[in-house]
Amino acid sequence: MKQFLIFVKKEFIHLLRDRKTLLILFGLPVVQILIFGFALTNEVKNSRILVIDAAHDNASKQVIAKVEASPYFEIEQTISNGHDIDAYFRKGNIRLALVFPANFESDLIHQNKASVQVIADASDPNVASTLTTYISSIIREYENSVIHGKQLHLRIIPEMHMIYNPQLKGAHNFVPGVMALVLMLVCVMMTAISIVKEKEMGTMEVLLVSPFKPILVILSKTIPYLLLSLVNVASILLISIFVLDLPVNGSVVLLFGESILFILTSLSLGIFISVKTNSQQVAMLISLMGMLLPTILFSGFMFPIENMPAPLQYISNLIPARWYYLIVKSIMIKGLGLAVIWKETLILFTMTMILLLVSLKSFKIRLT
Amino acid sequence: MRTIRFLLQKEFRQIFRNKAILALIMVMPVIQLLILPLAADYEVKGINIVVVDNDHSTYSSKMIRDITSSGYFHLIGYRPGYKEAFHLLEQDEADIILEIPNGFERNLYREDQQKLFIAVNSINGSKAIIGSSYLQSIVKTFNNSIRLKWAASSQFDDSPAIEVVSANWYNPFLSYKIFMVPGILALLVTMIGGFLSALNIVKEKEAGTIEQINVTPIRKHLFILGKLIPFWVLGLMVFAMGLLVARIVYGVVPLGNLLVLFGFVAMYLLAVLGFGLLVSTYCDTQQQAMLIMFFFMMIFILMGGLFTSIDSMPGWARAVTKFNPVSYLIMVMRMVILKGSTWKNVLPYFGIIAVFAAVLNTWAILNYKKTS
Repeated sequence: MKQFLIFVKKEFIHLLRDRKTLLILFGLPVVQILIFGFALTNEVKNSRILVIDAAHDNASKQVIAKVEASPYFEIEQTISNGHDIDAYFRKGNIRLALVFPANFESDLIHQNKASVQVIADASDPNVASTLTTYISSIIREYENSVIHGKQLHLRIIPEMHMIYNPQLKGAHNFVPGVMALVLMLVCVMMTAISIVKEKEMGTMEVLLVSPFKPILVILSKTIPYLLLSLVNVASILLISIFVLDLPVNGSVVLLFGESILFILTSLSLGIFISVKTNSQQVAMLISLMGMLLPTILFSGFMFPIENMPAPLQYISNLIPARWYYLIVKSIMIKGLGLAVIWKETLILFTMTMILLLVSLKSFKIRLT
Repeated sequence: MRTIRFLLQKEFRQIFRNKAILALIMVMPVIQLLILPLAADYEVKGINIVVVDNDHSTYSSKMIRDITSSGYFHLIGYRPGYKEAFHLLEQDEADIILEIPNGFERNLYREDQQKLFIAVNSINGSKAIIGSSYLQSIVKTFNNSIRLKWAASSQFDDSPAIEVVSANWYNPFLSYKIFMVPGILALLVTMIGGFLSALNIVKEKEAGTIEQINVTPIRKHLFILGKLIPFWVLGLMVFAMGLLVARIVYGVVPLGNLLVLFGFVAMYLLAVLGFGLLVSTYCDTQQQAMLIMFFFMMIFILMGGLFTSIDSMPGWARAVTKFNPVSYLIMVMRMVILKGSTWKNVLPYFGIIAVFAAVLNTWAILNYKKTS
């Protein structure tokens, strides 16, 4: 036991010496959470639009004023003929063009019918369809309030309730994902590299000939990263709660318990990679290509899994982060308990066991 | 001139000998171009809806039919009460709950208005926004149709209407892949250039071979240039390959001029490679360089407008993206490939990237010290 502690101390010294790496390891989660929390939103607002007003009458001006007053649109420019709308779009900053035909108001009054053209830059399809909906409802509203001048009959009023995330913040989706990503980075990549580095430098041989049990050499390498990960989980949670106002609706103890389970899964993955490889660059590549990218791709926090083709959906089942992401989302945001997430927990547990067994089996004490 | 030729020969040999780097060059484009557009599909389709119909009237069933036949919604089923429906929302099986109150049809005529209760799972904000706006517009259309019928039967005259004619330019079928492919090409160029160059000088440091270079009379800027040019060539080749794959696999053919595209990417690569070399001169180990590069790449890509629109960011974040070279490349790629923007449209951004390239490379040269 005393020997083990001495080894753990050695690993801590290794870790603490490399200031730049340490700074990144602590800084990365903080910066990511702040970006996700404050900079990225799913809402579409401040979209710059072009107005082509060939009518120049009261009605068109009233509609334009309404559009300008909404938080979704910023009128970049108003021109009176629409020969070259294409050129405006090509300049790059206009998302939508609103075209009023000549005689807009008189058509409306005399023929009871007028049309407005809405041209969206659909190269971003979601923004285009959202903006088209927004502008249609502004026009609809104008039609109802100004032209009818009275209450509509037989109104069906849809009452929208946004559950779990009423302000539509990006953070609710991203914080659990960032947690999974950071733990993956620290536990898999850093662990694998630090073990393989020892192999590459030749110091592994020295450790293996010592009277210390070889498997404990590996285990002592994982302890500092385990602690580092727990500190990261705690700091991410603290920032989310106090800076982002994100609720932790479920049990914090359960959340930490599940995080420890996921950390163990990742550490055993790291050990597995380090057992199988001999050079830092290969370990780095495997952790980056094999683990980090799939985590970003298939955990479901950035890319919706249900939209992927079936083969990719099957692959996503193999990614531990996917299950951890579901667990964190359920506990933190939905406030559910173990009764709902036992299946995901069991999957993570099984993965850990398999990885550990395979790595232990193929761990070689002798150098070839 | 002779010096740089020998330096280039050395660098190219080293690149083609290194298996890890070759793997990076080979695997990266494949993953990014073949898997990412499939995975990064934010098209909102098949929104799962569960209905609590307390009315069971002609109107309620007509409205439900309108909703399911719209093509956007997938009706999972009916539940007798909100609580049972909410259970489905909790399990992620339903995205939206629609509750129609008891006596909906009867009270619509009696009270002249009725409320519908709609609950949306909004953890995923964009899906929630688009799903709820689809639902609202279907309800509105339904509402208008019954109002018209009622007005016709009670002899009201037709009220004036503004018809909104909408058109989707540049991507009429609203395909998400077409939107993503140019952005992913930008990502490809950035990652290849950034990671390769960041690992490069630091590897010589770790291996100790940098000492041998330092004692030769090679000038600092020539050394950096020797590191820069091979990756610049590789980067342009990977980009050309990417364009080809985009054309064959996704049918994305650039509307704009290819020369504009390559001209911009060539300048952009100089900036990114300069950044990678700069990181490389600051680091001592490959592990460090990798991690630092990963850190910056993450920020650049997330703030680059690839997945979420820059317009919607708060003011300070929009100011930050002005210093993010990736955001310019993603924008220009989309402009030229999807909208056919011309050299004149792109020129201001080209100028900004040129400044980035000049600053970053000069900084890298100044920071590379021959004496330790």
